Amino acid sequence: MYKVVERRMIVPNLHELVVEAPAVARSVQPGNFVIVRADENGERVPLSVADWDREAGTVTVIFMQVGASTAKLARLKAGGSIPTFAGPLGQETEIGAFGTVLCIGGCYGIGSVYPVARALKEKGNTVFALLEARSNFLLYWQDRFKEVADRVIEITRDGTKGYKGHLTRLSEILTLEGIKPDRIVVNGCTFQMMKVSEATRPMGIKTMVNMNPIMIDGTGMCGVCRLTVAGATKFACVDGPDFDGHEVDWKEFLNRRRTYNPEEVHPLRKSGCASHF
Amino acid sequence: MAGETRKSRQPMPKQEPYERVRNFDEVALGYTEEQALAEAGRCLDCKKPLCRDGCPVGIDIPGFIRCIAGGDFGSGIKVIKETNALPAVCGRVCPQEEQCEIKCVLGKKGEPVAIGRLERFLADYEAAEGKAESPALAVSNGRKIAIVGSGPAGITVANDMALLGYDVTIFEALHAAGGVLTYGIPEFRLPKAIVQREVEYVQSLGVKLLLDFIVGKTRTIESIQEEFDGIFVGAGAGLPWFMGIPGENLNGVYSANEYLTRCNLMKGFRFPAHDTPMKQPSRVLVFGGGNVAMDAARTALRLGAAESHIVYRRSREELPARAEEAENAEEEGVIFDYLTLPVRLIGNEQGWLTEVECLKMELGEPDASGRRKPVEIKDSSFLMKADAVIVAIGNSPNPLIPMTTPGLKVGKKGNIEVDEETGKTSRDGIWAGGDVVTGAATVISAMGAGRKAAKAMNETFFPK
Ligand SMILES: Cc1cc2nc3c(=O)[nH]c(=O)nc-3n(C[C@H](O)[C@H](O)[C@H](O)COP(=O)(O)OP(=O)(O)OC[C@H]3O[C@@H](n4cnc5c(N)ncnc54)[C@H](O)[C@@H]3O)c2cc1C
Ligand SMILES: Cc1cc2nc3c(=O)[nH]c(=O)nc-3n(C[C@H](O)[C@H](O)[C@H](O)COP(=O)(O)OP(=O)(O)OC[C@H]3O[C@@H](n4cnc5c(N)ncnc54)[C@H](O)[C@@H]3O)c2cc1C
Ligand code: SF4
Ligand code: SF4
Ligand code: FES
Repeated sequence: MYKVVERRMIVPNLHELVVEAPAVARSVQPGNFVIVRADENGERVPLSVADWDREAGTVTVIFMQVGASTAKLARLKAGGSIPTFAGPLGQETEIGAFGTVLCIGGCYGIGSVYPVARALKEKGNTVFALLEARSNFLLYWQDRFKEVADRVIEITRDGTKGYKGHLTRLSEILTLEGIKPDRIVVNGCTFQMMKVSEATRPMGIKTMVNMNPIMIDGTGMCGVCRLTVAGATKFACVDGPDFDGHEVDWKEFLNRRRTYNPEEVHPLRKSGCASHF
Repeated sequence: MAGETRKSRQPMPKQEPYERVRNFDEVALGYTEEQALAEAGRCLDCKKPLCRDGCPVGIDIPGFIRCIAGGDFGSGIKVIKETNALPAVCGRVCPQEEQCEIKCVLGKKGEPVAIGRLERFLADYEAAEGKAESPALAVSNGRKIAIVGSGPAGITVANDMALLGYDVTIFEALHAAGGVLTYGIPEFRLPKAIVQREVEYVQSLGVKLLLDFIVGKTRTIESIQEEFDGIFVGAGAGLPWFMGIPGENLNGVYSANEYLTRCNLMKGFRFPAHDTPMKQPSRVLVFGGGNVAMDAARTALRLGAAESHIVYRRSREELPARAEEAENAEEEGVIFDYLTLPVRLIGNEQGWLTEVECLKMELGEPDASGRRKPVEIKDSSFLMKADAVIVAIGNSPNPLIPMTTPGLKVGKKGNIEVDEETGKTSRDGIWAGGDVVTGAATVISAMGAGRKAAKAMNETFFPK
């Protein structure tokens, strides 16, 4: 059993969960994920790590409430416990001395791209953070990003904060901000990662995306997390989850993620974030 | 005893096919006491028991059968447990017809003694009596052993090392122990309560079990080595193979591992009481002809499929599955499409599988494996409707340990290379065995490998 240190809603529908998992905390790296089960009959749900404290032995994830399992997680209280919090899984995000890196986060990806930005900064890169949400009240952790990024830029679909509109405006934003990234890292909704990859392809900027297919074991045993990258089948849990966004077969990926939509009645549409899938 | 009874073995009582396709309860019900006595009576108690050579762990087969014939079941189970820690499992899933039973002298003129069924009878008798005898715990020898994976290989090493006085810890990546016995082989063939009982038995020997712990990730092998004197890697099979034909990533295409894991480990058949969903396809095609394919096809029927097919490119003769399981599948209504090779999966606009293009095959000359090679018949292409395809053509060894352990020698297919006699890997202090070394094999061969490695480890620490 893993003890819940904290669980709170940080913005509508997004929850921060801090769990005592010393072994995971000791070895976790940016870009890793954990497999979580909310109770004994629960699904194995993959969630990206958003932060950790190696000394205290805690790991933080940000999750969006979409279906049955995340609804159970959303009901957890500090002092409670969950049966599974296994990890860290997946390859870590490549942290090199790239020069200038733009870290883009949306939805839960704002959380998971934060340790990536932090590590890139420690490595000596110039780091820009671009945070995306539907409206200003759905943005979070700007203060944390300010500590690790050279500049924090925001974009909201309704224009209530920062730029107005979609990430399809990326090229224009880069010009306006005067940023010439050597590399872009995107975490968050599938749709957004795809849109960013489309936008950066003509610019020729290497764009790494943190893929989120359906998973079961997360250890390279079941094969459900497969996707096509550069024409070859890859398994996101062991070969990824980071891949070059220009090489991913997005159409196939979006279809595969929808496999269980009819079975899992999810309140997602109501959240207004249809782009999560 | 009449010649006829000598010739033919006691039949296995089973659930009726029409009944069992609607439940997940065990199909084979096990011998009654009378049947066990009658079957044991067939054994000639050979001076040179050939059957024993066929058993990978060398169980004293005439020894335990003699006990049954004499009505002393308690001693019988002790004889088995001297060499086999998992009799309830092996008695059910061993390919006996190719191992111990194929060697039995009675098989030359009639049917061989039903060794596996008798083994199962004793194990079930012990469980029903509820007084499984724990062997006396050995005095601690102060050495610590780490085991990666709780499948049959890992459990065997844990059992043997605990009995020798080692302090044993098993690290298991999943949230439940047992390996394939838990996530792969279905409930109707191997009830999970039995696996649980065996796991609890090794725990009763003082073995510690850490679930949700992914060696290589949660902690590297190197860091574990700092704390333990020896490591055994029994990480089993990993990434499923696909056929490499167009359309395999369409929705509705599963690997057998995914399909069976959803059903067995995640209890998808109890959705929505358990959270993991399973699709309800009506026409299922399973590619492959082994035990895994049979399990998938029979599971699909139980989940409500109107039609479940085995699509196999050779003929019934070559079917690699256990004969008994293929028969069970036939009885239950699984349709066998022999000499059929899928070449393309076709989907609709939304990316869902709708049809499979296949070719008709015929058997040609024998190939390297000695089996006649299937050759395609010209212009024989045809379409089969399907809303689910389950690919059951094998797995490569689990990639996690080799990926995260520098200097560990692996073969071309990703299997960990070991010395055959001792299970020792290219790195000092690390042994390995089971599917991660051999590729997909059998429960008893994984156990055999575990047994050898345990012996070798002990001899390394305490040379004779
Ligand atoms: C590597 C990885 C990292 C992820 N990180 C995060 C994260 O940090 N925060 C977060 O909120 N979400 C993350 N996700 C997605 C998250 O796993 C799903 O939202 C979650 O499983 C939904 O579970 P549910 O039972 O609440 O919803 P369900 O009712 O099960 O599903 C709702 C929909 O979610 C999708 N889904 C279901 N199961 C999975 C699954 N196992 N993996 C992916 N999608 C699924 C399907 O499209 C489904 O129709 C990540 C996924 C992956 C693979
Ligand atoms: C559907 C199916 C049906 C079968 N039917 C039969 C049959 O009828 N008869 C028969 O004899 N054989 C059968 N087999 C084959 C048999 O089950 C295997 O050969 C046997 O289980 C191999 O045992 P193992 O201990 O090597 O590995 P496994 O049983 O695969 O166990 C390995 C364990 O290691 C864990 N693990 C992996 N990596 C790590 C890590 N990094 N850290 C921690 N833990 C890890 C895994 O989660 C798993 O629990 C069948 C297999 C399948 C899939
Ligand atoms: S363990 Fe398997 S091979 Fe050995 S005697 Fe039992 S059934 Fe036969
Ligand atoms: S070979 Fe057959 S008859 Fe002889 S001892 Fe073994 S089981 Fe009995
Ligand atoms: S989640 Fe099962 S192989 Fe990746």
